[in-house]
Amino acid sequence: MTDLVIIGGGPAGMSAAVAAYESGVRDILMLERDEHLGGILQQCIHNGFGLHRFGEELTGPEYAWKYEKIIQELGIPVKYRTMVLSVTPGRIITAANEEEGIFSIQAGAVILCMGCRERPRGALNIAGTRPAGIYSAGTAQKLVNQKGCLPGREAVILGSGDIGLIMARRMTLEGARVKAVCELMPYSGGLARNIEQCLRDFNIPLLLSHTVVQIHGRKRIEGVTIAAVDENRKPLEDTREYIPCDTLLLSVGLIPENELSLMAGIEMDPVTGGALVDQDRQTSREGIFACGNVLHVHDLVDFVSQEAEIAGRSAAAYLERKPKPELSLSLAVDSRIRYTVPQRITRAEDFTVFFRVRDRYQNVRLNLLDRGNVIYTARKPRMTPGEMESIRMRKEFLHQGAELKLELEPEQKL
Amino acid sequence: MYDIAIIGAGVVGGMLARALSAYDLSICILEKEHDAAAGTTCANSGIVHAGYDAPEGSLKARLNVQGSLMMERIAGELGVPYRRNGSLVIGFGEEDRETIRKLYLRGLSNGVSGMQILEGVRVQELEPDLSDCVTCALYAPSCAIICPYELAIAAVGNAMDNGAELFCNFEVKHIEKKEGVFEISSDTQSISAAYVVNAAGIHGDEVAAMAGDSSIRLRPRRGEYLLLDRECGSLVSHTIFRTPSERGKGILITPTVDGNLLLGPTSQDTEDKEDFSTTASGLERILALAGENLKSLPYNKVITSFCGLRAVGNTGDFILTSPMQGFVNAAGIESPGLSAAPAIAEYIVELLKKQGMRLRRKEDFQPIREPAYAFRNASPEEKNQWIRRDKSYGRVVCRCETVTEGEIIAAIRANPPARDLDGIKRRTRAQMGRCQGGFCMPYLAEILARELGIPYEAVTKSGAGSEICTGRTKEGSRE
Amino acid sequence: MTERKITCIICPMGCSITVKSEGARITEISGNTCRRGAAYAEAEITHPERTLTTTMRCDNGERLPVKTDRPIPKEKMMDCMELIDSCTASLPVSIGDILLADVFGSNIVATANKQES
Repeated sequence: MTDLVIIGGGPAGMSAAVAAYESGVRDILMLERDEHLGGILQQCIHNGFGLHRFGEELTGPEYAWKYEKIIQELGIPVKYRTMVLSVTPGRIITAANEEEGIFSIQAGAVILCMGCRERPRGALNIAGTRPAGIYSAGTAQKLVNQKGCLPGREAVILGSGDIGLIMARRMTLEGARVKAVCELMPYSGGLARNIEQCLRDFNIPLLLSHTVVQIHGRKRIEGVTIAAVDENRKPLEDTREYIPCDTLLLSVGLIPENELSLMAGIEMDPVTGGALVDQDRQTSREGIFACGNVLHVHDLVDFVSQEAEIAGRSAAAYLERKPKPELSLSLAVDSRIRYTVPQRITRAEDFTVFFRVRDRYQNVRLNLLDRGNVIYTARKPRMTPGEMESIRMRKEFLHQGAELKLELEPEQKL
Repeated sequence: MYDIAIIGAGVVGGMLARALSAYDLSICILEKEHDAAAGTTCANSGIVHAGYDAPEGSLKARLNVQGSLMMERIAGELGVPYRRNGSLVIGFGEEDRETIRKLYLRGLSNGVSGMQILEGVRVQELEPDLSDCVTCALYAPSCAIICPYELAIAAVGNAMDNGAELFCNFEVKHIEKKEGVFEISSDTQSISAAYVVNAAGIHGDEVAAMAGDSSIRLRPRRGEYLLLDRECGSLVSHTIFRTPSERGKGILITPTVDGNLLLGPTSQDTEDKEDFSTTASGLERILALAGENLKSLPYNKVITSFCGLRAVGNTGDFILTSPMQGFVNAAGIESPGLSAAPAIAEYIVELLKKQGMRLRRKEDFQPIREPAYAFRNASPEEKNQWIRRDKSYGRVVCRCETVTEGEIIAAIRANPPARDLDGIKRRTRAQMGRCQGGFCMPYLAEILARELGIPYEAVTKSGAGSEICTGRTKEGSRE
Repeated sequence: MTERKITCIICPMGCSITVKSEGARITEISGNTCRRGAAYAEAEITHPERTLTTTMRCDNGERLPVKTDRPIPKEKMMDCMELIDSCTASLPVSIGDILLADVFGSNIVATANKQES
């Protein structure tokens, strides 16, 4: 029996471990599949992390080190090169590694911190051949930054998510030519700063409302055909254009990695692809918590850490006194809002609700309703799908019988 | 000099090599690709057909039924998963019912056993997710599913374990018969053999022509497929065909032995024997046709698409001929070629015997090929036994399909050895899951580089020209 | 008077800042939501700078993540890359170690710990 088992040693797992320790839990075990802590941060060698958390601009490995150091100092045990194979609803975790073979642990509480993975080419149904030289942006990032290999000399990038933008710069710095970044949507999903410093600085064209319609080349990719798309995202035949290249990078979305959550019989949110949680980040299974990108994909690691601290503290509280739910409320949204985290509320207290919008809006009024009446309003100059938004939930809004709904009233849609 | 050279390491070449390796013969297999089973064999439906489809009296009909009867035993010996899941040819109305009756009668005359014509209600009981509009179906319980490249790799491997040699990257360019001996050469290599079998798949006509037989013409027919996530693998349990009609043969919907759902193929003639590209219209068509047969199709669960080429011969039947003493063609092996492969191998052995090949059974022939250990199918006790024996069996490298480092190493060291990323994928399923190698590829490349003793950046996806990287950073990449 | 619109890269907010200037003199900076944004906008007009992050070859053949410890002139990024590429880090290295001093007004520092293999 172990009090708290944390699955995954990336930013979420590390922050959750530290927060749980600081809240009094001493019997903690972290299970990490790689040979180091930090997860994907270790390959994110660019800066821009930690401004919220530490007030300074850090690279990924530096951000990871801040937490790794604390974990070392606190002496929180980590099993490396260990793959968790299953989690049961009763919190029995089965894992495998080279030294111990297959082993099981009964955990008092579990925090799921498995992160997310990239959407692969297959999911996009791009026509053409299946040659070498097609990578998801994160795989290419690992090859360049950790393996010291350059995937190719002439690249096209599909998708303008942040990893795609970062890799456009990274490939350019290492001597490759990035010929275009194609984005299916009429706007980029990446941060404005990354479009500026990763594309504009290097004169890399960003082609909005464009996609790759065909991949050419037998052994190695030799080129792609791109095309502009109409408002329904259908390619326009007469805009087809061939671009010779030896590399195609895909930055077309991240998917929370929830195989283990499903095994544990956890109720999922089809929109986030992660678990349904309450304000404590507790899932539908008692004593199983989830945070970070396995719960919903975040734009900033700082927010991952913040969320993981909530999960860490909540797991500590759960282990200490097994609090019973006081309320059973769910938070509804209107059609302009994609999702909220948390999705449900089990206690009357102040907390932050995070949410994402479906489209780009300007001068927005954000209303919180209870049984149709506006009980709180906030204004925002703009909202975009690429940026996570938040609203503060107050204790006084929360009572059994409340029918809470979040809605957006935009002055204009961009 | 070899007693016999087999050109092509696909399922036909592999099955033949294995059958011949039971005899006291020196055998070589010449494969133009970097690995066995990399052509037509690696991109088809993976169905062992019952045998009601081919015209009565044809080689296709006879060898299909015969091969289908042999397949379970052979798959068992080779340690290849085989599942007799049965097939349903579904019909939507009176016209289809008439066709189904004809198929049934043809099946009877071809020697297919156990068939039944089912009413719509019964079909719904068997397959509740099929469209409510299905009115009848031809049920063939002997239809089975198998992984075609796994079968071919295992057959080649078993032949090698019994002494056969495999030459990869050996693209036959020239065949000459001198004093009763065939000299076969590529651009860089040359071997000689007393007998030659042409099992060169889509290139069988070219190989035959090199030997002086210009009677064969093969036309590639493109077939595109979509593979869906394991989550959808139990959407149907039988292999579902649409009743052929004037609109075409339709596409099949089938579970695979690995638990995915496969949709396809399209059918389109082409001139280009290297055209393995999928098309937007083809993929759309598959989804549309599959959608007609199902109550609902999980469009968003597609994990990959691919295209294979079928070798359609100019006779309408398999071309199993000997145009000259010592040279045998196994050409035009389109559907039901996979089903018939074991029987084709026997047929060719007989042909060779007639040509005077001396066949003396080897006493030490080992027909059994132990199936590769797969972590994902093992019990916890078995897993621990393997990890105790070699701890690399405790290091899970591929998350999606739970494949361990030990399995990867074993695939690189087994016969025929995996030497590239695609080879690892076909043997272990690593990179075959929902992330399609996004996570594990860099680790697999590391293991390949270490085992093969090559630099990391020289690791390939499928042989020379498909290196995973164009070079190292900091080492001239910025010139 | 000239007017330029700049996307601030200081933080993830990515404010759109307008800089008005007459000749070399900046007359107005607007659209920023913090002081650091104003400083960035001013620098961007007069002498644009960037922090460079990349990797350096190690003596065991692996790669080590590094960065400039302060922004360098934007137009010197490729020159700086060449300098870094011509160097080899001797392991072990600790996070923050200076690997190359005084390049374009900055030091090249390690952003991760790395042991000898």
